[in-house]
Amino acid sequence: MASEYASSGDYIKHHLQNLTYGELPAGYHRHDGTVLTEATRTFAHGAEEAKAMGFWAINVDSMLFSIGLGVLFLFLFRIAAKKATTGVPAGLQNFVEWIVEFIDSSVRGSFSYKNAMVAPLALTVFLWVFLMNLMDLIPVDWLPYAASMAGLPYLKVVPSTDPNVTFGMSLSIFFLVLYYSVKMKGAGGFFSELAFQPFPKFLFPVNLLLEGVGLIAKPISLALRLFGNMYAGEMIFILIALMFGGSWILAVFGGALQWAWAVFHILIITLQAFIFMTLTIVYLDMAHAEHH
Amino acid sequence: MNFNATLIGQSITFIFFVWFCMKYVWPPIMNALEMRKKQIADGLAAADRGKHELELAARKAGDNMRDAKVQAAEVIAQAEKRAAQIIDEAKTAAKDEGERQLAAAKAEIDQEANRARESLREQVAALAVAGAEKILRREVNAQTHADLLGQLKAEL
Repeated sequence: MASEYASSGDYIKHHLQNLTYGELPAGYHRHDGTVLTEATRTFAHGAEEAKAMGFWAINVDSMLFSIGLGVLFLFLFRIAAKKATTGVPAGLQNFVEWIVEFIDSSVRGSFSYKNAMVAPLALTVFLWVFLMNLMDLIPVDWLPYAASMAGLPYLKVVPSTDPNVTFGMSLSIFFLVLYYSVKMKGAGGFFSELAFQPFPKFLFPVNLLLEGVGLIAKPISLALRLFGNMYAGEMIFILIALMFGGSWILAVFGGALQWAWAVFHILIITLQAFIFMTLTIVYLDMAHAEHH
Repeated sequence: MNFNATLIGQSITFIFFVWFCMKYVWPPIMNALEMRKKQIADGLAAADRGKHELELAARKAGDNMRDAKVQAAEVIAQAEKRAAQIIDEAKTAAKDEGERQLAAAKAEIDQEANRARESLREQVAALAVAGAEKILRREVNAQTHADLLGQLKAEL
């Protein structure tokens, strides 16, 4: 596939570009040299155009894949939940119960307060992230190639390699953390937790800076860890895929490498989903915790 | 990294998914799990209770058996006693009856003998009269000599 591109650099860039839909301003010089006479809503060709669209553009591929996977997960679990009986579980129900019990025990292990939202949140986070990561195991060219046949210039298949997706989740979780911090400790309690430790009270600007950075670091690290891991993993798949364009020896070697990396990646995608879930639970637990 | 409205879209999607999961997925499954846990616990408790009841029943059955044995032995002893009694009674009754019958037979024999003697007497008297008639040949009136004949009869 790589041979269709001008250079391997183009191939990589193409694979890392989201299918972005947004408005290009009037007078913009497009990739093919045309100049727009008026503002136009269209798909971006390349990173430059996507950037020119500003904030009010949307990554159609990320949205479609993530919503599709989320709906798939909720659909399957809803079926199991509707059919859930107290009798001997079979098939789907067995599988769903296995996951639910695993999540439930994880939540019980790390979250020591009463909150009916945390366990379903953890389940959603775990399975959604896992399914989004799972897209990484689909050979990198299949879906983008199918999309190009259908006329779509770009397609990024793994939603969790889009920072918008990971930050969308981590920021939502961050707002939940803020909400529960204020709800459980009161605004004053939350402020004193940020301002009056670890150093004595008169050093409160230092405390505020330290604790503030610590607080902000939570959502950023949460999102960046997942994004970074998946982005890097995808990048390696793309690099391996480049070898298929070389000699047949290289292609065979690439095939072996791809297989090995995919097997290793099964571990990574599960682990990343688990870490994301566990940290979500831990952050919420810290939000509930009274000042030490 | 290029941030755009996808960020907002993802947040909304995420919140919706969490809400849906919290409302329609998690509670039914957890309910089923809890109910099953309870059912299993109940089942185990019932099994324990059943075992205990079985033990009690076995003990009770043993007691009943022992009682029944004792009662049966009593009944048998009583029956044997009664049987011996009945046999004794029957023996005495038979003896009495035998004696009674013997006495009756003796009485009958006596009666018969008396009757035979009576008839014999009659016949001897008749015979004597006949003999006398033959001897006297004539003029012997039975009526005239009835006293004499009666005397004779009594002497026989």
